[in-house]
Amino acid sequence: MRLLINKIVLGLSTLSALIGLGFLAWILITLFIKGLGSFHFSLFLNDLIDGGLRNLIVGQFILAAIAAALGIPLGMIAGIYIQEYGRGKYAEIIRNLSDIMMSAPSIVIGAFVYAIVVVPTGGTSGAAGAIALSIMMLPIVINTTDNMLSLVPKELREAGIALGASKYKVIIDIVIKAAKVGIMTGILLAFARIIGETAPLLFTSETSNYFSLDLSESFPSLTVSIYDLANEPEESSRDLAWAASFILTVLVLAINLTGRFFTRNKGGK
Amino acid sequence: MEKIFRNLSLASASLVFIILIGIFITLFSASKGAIDEFGLGFITNPNWNKEISLSNPDAQMDINLDMSDDSASDDMMLEDTILFDEDTKKTFTEYGGLVPIVGTLLTTLIALAFALPIAMGIAVFLAEIAPKNISAPISVAIELLAAIPSIIFGMWGLYYFAPIIADLVGGYQVSLLSAGLVLGVMILPFMAAITRDSMNTTPNVLKESAYAMGATKFEVIKDIIFPYSKVGIIGSVILALGRALGETMAVAFLIGSVFTLPSKITDPTISIPVAMANNFGEASGLGESALFYLALILFVISFAIISFAKLYFLRGTK
Amino acid sequence: MPVMQLNDFSFTYPGVSHPSLKNINIEIRKNKITALIGPSGCGKSTLLRSMNRIHDLYPGNKYEGSIELLNTKTNKMENILNIKKENEFIELRQKVGMIFQKPTPFPMSIFDNVAYGLKIAGIKNKTQLEGRVEQALKDAALWREVKDRLGKSAMGLSGGQQQRLCIARAVAVKPEVILFDEPTSALDPISTGAIEELLVELKKDVSIAIVTHNMQQASRISDYTAFMYLGDLIEFDKTEHIFLNPKEKQTEDYITGRFG
Repeated sequence: MRLLINKIVLGLSTLSALIGLGFLAWILITLFIKGLGSFHFSLFLNDLIDGGLRNLIVGQFILAAIAAALGIPLGMIAGIYIQEYGRGKYAEIIRNLSDIMMSAPSIVIGAFVYAIVVVPTGGTSGAAGAIALSIMMLPIVINTTDNMLSLVPKELREAGIALGASKYKVIIDIVIKAAKVGIMTGILLAFARIIGETAPLLFTSETSNYFSLDLSESFPSLTVSIYDLANEPEESSRDLAWAASFILTVLVLAINLTGRFFTRNKGGK
Repeated sequence: MEKIFRNLSLASASLVFIILIGIFITLFSASKGAIDEFGLGFITNPNWNKEISLSNPDAQMDINLDMSDDSASDDMMLEDTILFDEDTKKTFTEYGGLVPIVGTLLTTLIALAFALPIAMGIAVFLAEIAPKNISAPISVAIELLAAIPSIIFGMWGLYYFAPIIADLVGGYQVSLLSAGLVLGVMILPFMAAITRDSMNTTPNVLKESAYAMGATKFEVIKDIIFPYSKVGIIGSVILALGRALGETMAVAFLIGSVFTLPSKITDPTISIPVAMANNFGEASGLGESALFYLALILFVISFAIISFAKLYFLRGTK
Repeated sequence: MPVMQLNDFSFTYPGVSHPSLKNINIEIRKNKITALIGPSGCGKSTLLRSMNRIHDLYPGNKYEGSIELLNTKTNKMENILNIKKENEFIELRQKVGMIFQKPTPFPMSIFDNVAYGLKIAGIKNKTQLEGRVEQALKDAALWREVKDRLGKSAMGLSGGQQQRLCIARAVAVKPEVILFDEPTSALDPISTGAIEELLVELKKDVSIAIVTHNMQQASRISDYTAFMYLGDLIEFDKTEHIFLNPKEKQTEDYITGRFG
């Protein structure tokens, strides 16, 4: 009897793993069939107005890259504060708040940026979109930096201090270097996450049919356009949405796997 | 130099604090109009964007379809608002948050009911059943599933998953049920991964000593691993719940986006994030303020839930 | 009389070409304490973990030779390496208990910890459970200290108490052999003394194999001692012979502290 229950439960558990894998396979296969079916290299050459995706892909990259340029240094320095300088309550509060911010609904962050950037500047803009994404990214980078620095043995810090280096020197030259691989992995995963975000961009950057590098106007976004295209009645729009989704997913998963590859190499050393 | 760096790092860290306070204040002041107008009654009012002619309260121009259920409470609401605005306007548009609030809670509940057992199964499989050379690649696969952008889940859900659900249980393709299930699929890998991490904190020697007494694998899982990692698992589930509450895109494709209370699980309705995603662009004045009010409610709920999980369950898990 | 007998036993971990244990011949005698000593990495814990096949939680191990366990019903020796079915494993582990280096209280009350093995063995009767738990706790010399807080979590006990709780838990199912894997290495000297006394007391009812890195402990409590080195059994004899009059040079070097 005990053995029977054991078998049933283990069987159910294996079944759920198969269900999980089944969903992954289902989604990926759908994307491949629908996405590759509508995929063509001319998509990379034309803008949305001409039925291509070039402006959207470039736009999404620019938005995520600016967000990263803002979020990574700020997040890293903040993570350094929590782990290296902060003693006591304040650092602990910031750590918890940062974790909470990481789980804050992304649409609310979009609404926040809408109120503080879009409304005062009189319209949606690439800058607003990038700010929204950087707010998404900030707590992830803080969390990663904090965690990775905590893995660096304190003897390493003490050895640096004992050589007469000042604290910030030790942090920059020794501690960060020791945690470099982990932090880079975390940052790559954070980048993979924000580049696939839609909700914070809906009413900050919006999207645009045209190629644009002007951050003061509505800015082309791949994800927002996927949402628009997928809800249009024409079959051709939806096909374009599938192709765009395919490209987006390949991109996100590639960045993700690159990050994992780094960690694996580090584990091997 | 040391001092500059130190202060710079303090300032960056404080940015988190400033942004969170900023979000709260901004949402509050942007929803001030709606708060003054509707007060807390907003939460229980099922009408959204309904124009009311003040000269004759019975002749209402009804933008949304649903009127039959709550006419009694509607009338009470009407009286309040009429008194308030008697002199200033001839018509008055009423906004209430009940439908999106209920929609948000129900989709989250369905998602959780669907994802919880499967996620536990996956976690048990990864942590305890599969040999390492199988569990490692499956772990990566599950984590990749978690990395897929939510908009992809939405599109896949609308065109491939929802039709099957509708065939199975009948009703509309876009519904509370299909939105909840797709949301469940989306939080599934996240929940499974963090549950597995919690379960992996159980010391090996503790498991061995249960096996050494002749316990079966199931008994070790039930009596040793679950009790040992209980706190972490509950915390993980609440974290997943927080994520489901605020999810926009996966739900936006599937919930139907109509401001009506669902009478069946297969009815379309709307959730707070979706209400914001689809109406923010066109909204202005009181309508926009009401959307901000919804955002504030969502923010406060998810803030409360996540801090609860952090403080009571995930304390010191770093 | 031996309750367990190993004949030409070899053991190889998965993915390793060389066996970690080579042609071990040793026996565990009834109502005696057999100590396994040797420098770190000599295979003494590997040997102990073969005796209840706890190794099999992780697949891919290779066993050779035989490990025979006395079946008290038929009075015949049976080879435990032939075990393949889950229910036979469970039976084996109920006959051969194990105590680990660190105390392993389960996340439940003191009472439930001791009753755990009985419950999974199918004993549901409450008075019977209470009687067996009380007896086991008395056997483990813990009853006096915990009788007023049986419902409290076992995590609140001290390290030494936790280890005695684990012994009570193992004793409760009335095994024939109990394997101790360095049971005192995580404890202070006073708790260690209490556990050693307990072991000597316990051997009236059960046969004991103990791995220890502490030679004084082996000489104090054991009846037989096996000295192992690099996966080989160098010498196995009565404890006084091993410590006072070893036959092998390597044993003598180790005992006198010249290496290890």
